[in-house]
Amino acid sequence: MTRQMTGAKMVVQALKDQGVDVVFGYPGGAVLPIYDEIFLQNDIRHVLVRHEQGAVHAAEGYARSTGKPGVVLVTSGPGATNAVTGLTDALLDSIPVVVLTGQVPTFMIGTDGFQEADTVGITRPCTKHNWLVKDTDALGDIIHQAFHVATTGRPGPVLIDIPKDVQFATGTYTPRTKARTARYKPRLKGDTAAITALVERMESAERPIFYTGGGVINSGPQASQLLRELVGATGFPITSTLMGLGAYPASGREWIGMLGMHGLYEANMAMHDCDLMIAIGARFDDRITGRVDAFSPGSFKAHVDIDPSSINKVIHVDIPITGDVAHVLEDLLRIWKARGRKVNKEALAHWWEQIEKWRAVDCLAYRASDSTIKPQHAIQRLEALSKGLDRYITTEVGQHQMWAAQFMGFEEPNRLMTSGGLGTMGYGLPASVGVQMAHPEATVINVAGEASFQMNMQEMATAVQFRLPIKQFILNNERLGMVRQWQDLLHGGRYSQSWSESLPDFVKLAEAFGCKGRAVSDPAELDEAIREMLDHDGPFILDVLVERHENCYPMIPSGAPHNEMLMGDDSTEGAIGSSGATLV
Amino acid sequence: MSALRLKKGTSSKSAYNLRDPHAEGLESHTLAVIVDNEAGVLARVIGLFSGRGYNIDSLTVAEIDHLGHQSRITIVTTGTPAVIEQIKAQLGRIVPVHEVHDLTVEGRAVERELALLKVAGTGEKRVEALRLADIFRANVVDSTLESFTFEITGTPEKIDAFAELMRPLGLSEIARTGVAALPRSDMSTDG
Ligand SMILES: Cc1ncc(C[n+]2csc(CCOP(=O)(O)OP(=O)(O)O)c2C)c(N)n1
Ligand SMILES: [Mg+2]
Repeated sequence: MTRQMTGAKMVVQALKDQGVDVVFGYPGGAVLPIYDEIFLQNDIRHVLVRHEQGAVHAAEGYARSTGKPGVVLVTSGPGATNAVTGLTDALLDSIPVVVLTGQVPTFMIGTDGFQEADTVGITRPCTKHNWLVKDTDALGDIIHQAFHVATTGRPGPVLIDIPKDVQFATGTYTPRTKARTARYKPRLKGDTAAITALVERMESAERPIFYTGGGVINSGPQASQLLRELVGATGFPITSTLMGLGAYPASGREWIGMLGMHGLYEANMAMHDCDLMIAIGARFDDRITGRVDAFSPGSFKAHVDIDPSSINKVIHVDIPITGDVAHVLEDLLRIWKARGRKVNKEALAHWWEQIEKWRAVDCLAYRASDSTIKPQHAIQRLEALSKGLDRYITTEVGQHQMWAAQFMGFEEPNRLMTSGGLGTMGYGLPASVGVQMAHPEATVINVAGEASFQMNMQEMATAVQFRLPIKQFILNNERLGMVRQWQDLLHGGRYSQSWSESLPDFVKLAEAFGCKGRAVSDPAELDEAIREMLDHDGPFILDVLVERHENCYPMIPSGAPHNEMLMGDDSTEGAIGSSGATLV
Repeated sequence: MSALRLKKGTSSKSAYNLRDPHAEGLESHTLAVIVDNEAGVLARVIGLFSGRGYNIDSLTVAEIDHLGHQSRITIVTTGTPAVIEQIKAQLGRIVPVHEVHDLTVEGRAVERELALLKVAGTGEKRVEALRLADIFRANVVDSTLESFTFEITGTPEKIDAFAELMRPLGLSEIARTGVAALPRSDMSTDG
């Protein structure tokens, strides 16, 4: 095979060599040569989104549900700037995404040319790394390096900016095996002495807890498998962040639910009162810790993370272990077994008794109704009716997202796609497009709010064009519910701009896009409506009109310690102090 | 505009400060960062400091290995011990960063800075400036009948002291390079 080719051809060749089967993108002047090469081949499918932000979220959905990097192709200037939100989202949630952008020709860079933007400058802080390619000979090498960087160590988004003259020019292609990837090599194996020190603590701990996060899922299926084995063998309780749901099954014996701001009472209380905290692939985000100086004050803390900068960033830990979760868990299990599989059985039994008492509080309880659909009930019914299916869930951002996390059970990793770190409204619909592309036979459901849905609803057209039978399950409270809830807590119930006015008729909207829709407001019809949505062979929008002023509980009010949660019936007045009010 | 807008007694610290440099528990550390000499690498390092609110007291950069495409960035920064650890970890995450050395904890380092100072004056003051320059081993690199330009090399503190003395003698402009630093060899003598 000749290695001489144009830059545009190199792009397609490199993507094929990386095993890419789908690209999410949108054409424009600065990427026309690459689009021409896409036209001339059949190995890579191109999904034409309706907005570049949608392309990146779709790629994130694809990546998160497969473990493979998602690929995006967009034009210069506005194409690139539209991708910025998606890049930032992928950076905060550590999702491997490779974004290719067109750029004005090298000789025009710096002249404020048509559709010129300083793309590498704009995206430097929102990518793991980025490149401006100035020479066609370097292009192949850079693309292969980009895939390597995106997927190695802590995953993240990368961007390659390719000027149009570099696409047209002919150069020498560097195949994948010859690319200079060896230079970026994060450490995978954890320090054995530190792991042994942790095992010693595990043997005597009276109130241990596993606190796991998205890092377990990013480490790959092996990591989830090892985690299950470790948790099952030790009998320690396990909680997880939003990003880590599914790594350990929700039906598992040791599962005590999600923790954090809207996490379960038993999970937060156990975190507060534990004497040994084993953090694995989680980063002590402020949604988890509540007030930092009151976070789990009496515990000895170990932290496993592949990114050394995550360790001791927010919370000081006693045993830092830098390494890949799967590698560390393997060593941890081996050492624990070799030392005789010891745990403090008696103390553990007491610990579980205490946890059961917290569980008995039934923190997710809500007042049922026969006249209006309660949002929690809607999610519970969705969960019950879709449970047995090969199911992937995406969400938008808001109350519905938290209810989905609270009331749905995730049995496997890579089954929940949600915007955790950035909290991007408009993520879920395009993400569901990406997930469905990767899993054509699966049931893909986006649990949405009516406001978030409108942020990227143009992607319904993408779903219709590519015959992607995504299900949009809209919890329609006609409110920016989460904003309204905070205004309840913080601003005396003055609902400034948090009402969804002039909403579209979502059923007609579905029809306008060429798919099917249905609205449901009577609790008695809910099950039947959900069944119709699930059974329908095509994209579907189910507009579930729910109780408008329901608040999401439990809640750690901002600025409060994580063991002081608001429960459903508590008064919310004055729950947030003046120092908490400045927090987000 | 004169480069001498510094208040009397202000030291060379703070090329770029986002956190209160007078807060309790702050330490000054000199970091040596070995990077691939590629486009944008300096912007990445500076963007990290501005984006995360770290201080830069001094920053120098130059290629040190042409064939290996490597540059050395020397950064003097202040922060609490926890922040200094974060800075090092965050620098280490940058893909083209190969090594991060904390010269302040890795043992004593040799730190040098070069400065050019223009001092204008006549008569007694001019003689006094020359005499002090001699004591500080500063060289005259340019002179007119009304002014001298001195070149001085030394620790930042030495340069601070020299500048302070030149001030009443007619110091009109100063340019400083920022700190270059290397760890001392085990057996070396102070020099
Ligand atoms: C892009 C973006 N803009 C603003 C916000 C702030 N925000 C968080 S939740 C929310 C309301 C979401 O409303 P909806 O999608 O209807 O969900 P609900 O809370 O009502 O379930 C808003 C505006 C955000 N997270 N993302
Ligand atoms: Mg809403």
